[in-house]
Amino acid sequence: MLSRTAENLYWLARSVERAEYIARTIDATLRVTALPAAYIGKTNEWESALLTAGVSASFYDTYDEANEANVVEYLSFSPVNPSSIKNCIENARLNSRSVRTALTSEMWDTINSAWIELQEVWSKGTSSREELAKFLRFVQETSLRFDGSAYRTMLRNDAFWFSRLGLHLERADNTARILDVKYHVLLPEEEHVGGPLDYYQWTSILRSVSALTAYHWVYRETLKPWLIADLLILNDTLPRSLASCYGNLVRNLDQIGVAYGRQGASQRHARGIRNRLEHSNMDDIFQHGVHEFIQEFIADNSRLGEIITRQYLI
Amino acid sequence: MAVAFDEMNGPGGDVRPAYQELSRWLKETPPDALEYRRQEAELLFRRIGITFAVYGDAEATERLIPFDVIPRIMSAKEWTILEKGLKQRVRALNMFLRDIYHGREVLRANVVPDDLIFQNPVFRPEMNGQAVPHDVYVHIAGIDIVRVDPENFIVLEDNARTPSGVSYMLENREIMMRLFPDLFARHRIAPVERYPDELLSALRSVAPNNASSEPTVALLTPGVYNSAYYEHSFLADKLGIELVEGRDLIVKNDEVFMRTTEGLKRVDVIYRRVDDDFLDPLTFRPDSVLGVPGLMSAYAAGNITLANAVGTGIADDKAVYSYMPEIVKFYLGEEPILKNVQTWRCREPKDLSYVLDNLGELVVKEVHGSGGYGMLIGPAATKATIEAFRDKLKREPEGFIAQPTLALSTCPTCTASGLAPRHVDLRPFVLTGKDRVTIVPGGLTRVALKEGSLVVNSSQGGGTKDTWILDE
Repeated sequence: MLSRTAENLYWLARSVERAEYIARTIDATLRVTALPAAYIGKTNEWESALLTAGVSASFYDTYDEANEANVVEYLSFSPVNPSSIKNCIENARLNSRSVRTALTSEMWDTINSAWIELQEVWSKGTSSREELAKFLRFVQETSLRFDGSAYRTMLRNDAFWFSRLGLHLERADNTARILDVKYHVLLPEEEHVGGPLDYYQWTSILRSVSALTAYHWVYRETLKPWLIADLLILNDTLPRSLASCYGNLVRNLDQIGVAYGRQGASQRHARGIRNRLEHSNMDDIFQHGVHEFIQEFIADNSRLGEIITRQYLI
Repeated sequence: MAVAFDEMNGPGGDVRPAYQELSRWLKETPPDALEYRRQEAELLFRRIGITFAVYGDAEATERLIPFDVIPRIMSAKEWTILEKGLKQRVRALNMFLRDIYHGREVLRANVVPDDLIFQNPVFRPEMNGQAVPHDVYVHIAGIDIVRVDPENFIVLEDNARTPSGVSYMLENREIMMRLFPDLFARHRIAPVERYPDELLSALRSVAPNNASSEPTVALLTPGVYNSAYYEHSFLADKLGIELVEGRDLIVKNDEVFMRTTEGLKRVDVIYRRVDDDFLDPLTFRPDSVLGVPGLMSAYAAGNITLANAVGTGIADDKAVYSYMPEIVKFYLGEEPILKNVQTWRCREPKDLSYVLDNLGELVVKEVHGSGGYGMLIGPAATKATIEAFRDKLKREPEGFIAQPTLALSTCPTCTASGLAPRHVDLRPFVLTGKDRVTIVPGGLTRVALKEGSLVVNSSQGGGTKDTWILDE
């Protein structure tokens, strides 16, 4: 297929996944900030929301204070924030238009209808918490619909595989970022960085990767930080864990390699990361330093993106 | 201006045979049911994303072309004549182009004046002596047809460059079948859905000789911001070919390749929807980012077929248009089946003075204009507009032609105040391949939605209708 088509499919999937992640982040932050201060400590949750979205530096170009109104506006609607939900959906629609021939009509319809529906929200904004919640739910549902229609209607060929690469790469990045921001802030031995370890913080993290119920099913225990880390990093039964994302990345890259009769740097690099995840356990990771581990992962993951781009997309 | 011929209610006011069933159906159908279907159609179009962009219109960069749910109908007999006339006309267009870029017999025989060709900016000297596969220049032609009476079909314009609108012909039909299954059951309507297949086989048939037996065809688009982008992606999808932009193509050793995830892949035929000027920055406009550097050199080497060929603009130029009846006779030795609109060439002093004296009654068009821009419709214009146009005309007479204001035929159309006659035209699409010319029975009917308006262009408030050719 055309390199540009593959590139568009890849970024289309990334944009939709990111829109969903940002929506989840806002959602989770709204819930935790609704709690009395005694339950969540003194950390500014809106500040962490910006950090997990990876836009805290650019935020202060526009705003002075990380409060609810400003952060929700910046993450949801801001035209200057490249990762705002608005920009993600706009990009997704633009990418979809560029590769209409590679999309099934169900996928196109999902993106196009969402885009049409959201025009009103863009122009008016959300005037109440209820409206905001409705909007965030709509974004998450759009992502689910898009993912579902891709999964159910696309031919299993390179178009599908490239779109899956975008999805899992973005997802791995998102999960890693949340861990990066939240986990080290909340580690008991690094108390100076953040507030006390708190149950509600943990539920919030799990909620933002839709893994709260999953946690209880997997561990049948009360929330414990190292188990949460285990779930999000190493447990490959959880779709948003790093291990699961890398299982998928390796699988999809292998399928491309088989179809094209050729493997390359991206297959090798992805396999390297997956092997490291497979051969790690939480004890080692704690010993090595969770923060360092996550930071390395984020760098490795974004390198994979570059390698895929060089090998296939340009 | 004479009263227009209404295609349903005929000159005597009797419903014409092709419209009998529709007329009965309209009587049975309550008006709000029509309105409801109209809204439904609009919703469908918006969801499918059939939009077009209007340049210079920041507010609505993506607009829908209004769709009118009342079909325009033609009998098999009418179509047979039209089809024959269209084939004749397009054959002559192709022979004319071959001749202009080779022996130029038509100039030597003084059928067409030399300067009209050589001083014309759309004449491409690069094409002189250049062979094109099977001598086909215009693979896809959109011939704009109007009627003023039941007997004659008149060509308003030949579109021999990159005619658009065929996606509407196909989508309008799909939507009509969805919205009015009962109305379809009451008619025998010739299908249009094989158009993409016909187009693909025409394109494949003209692949270069050194192409593989399964030639690779690609559709070249200027990109998502082009007004006809929807159509480009729609056609690429229906044809099952890659939709490429200039940056996806690269020329190496005079061969054209596309960049794919598996490396470079040779392309044999390009159905290009990019204008000549932007095709190759090395040959034409150096600032073009839409084109492919080196494409013309690959073309000259015979390694790529461009459809339509470069330089076809010389055949649909409005000044050359006025010579089409003679051109048909010259190459085919036949009487033209389709009539031309009487045309005054302002480049000729006698014609110019007539036009200047009668500006109030004439339609004056720019020779190189399209899309209904830059034209004067005398009877509808204010005095000031006419005077301003008069100055323009005197400054540059060779840039204009003039025609009488035609009473274009009308068709019943849904309006705010119920069904009312509105002026229509028709653009059938004529395909020319290696050894045959084909036309899918139908075309794009455009309708001027404003009462009394004669401008059917979508950029100027025109709409579209489904076009039914009845099978006997």
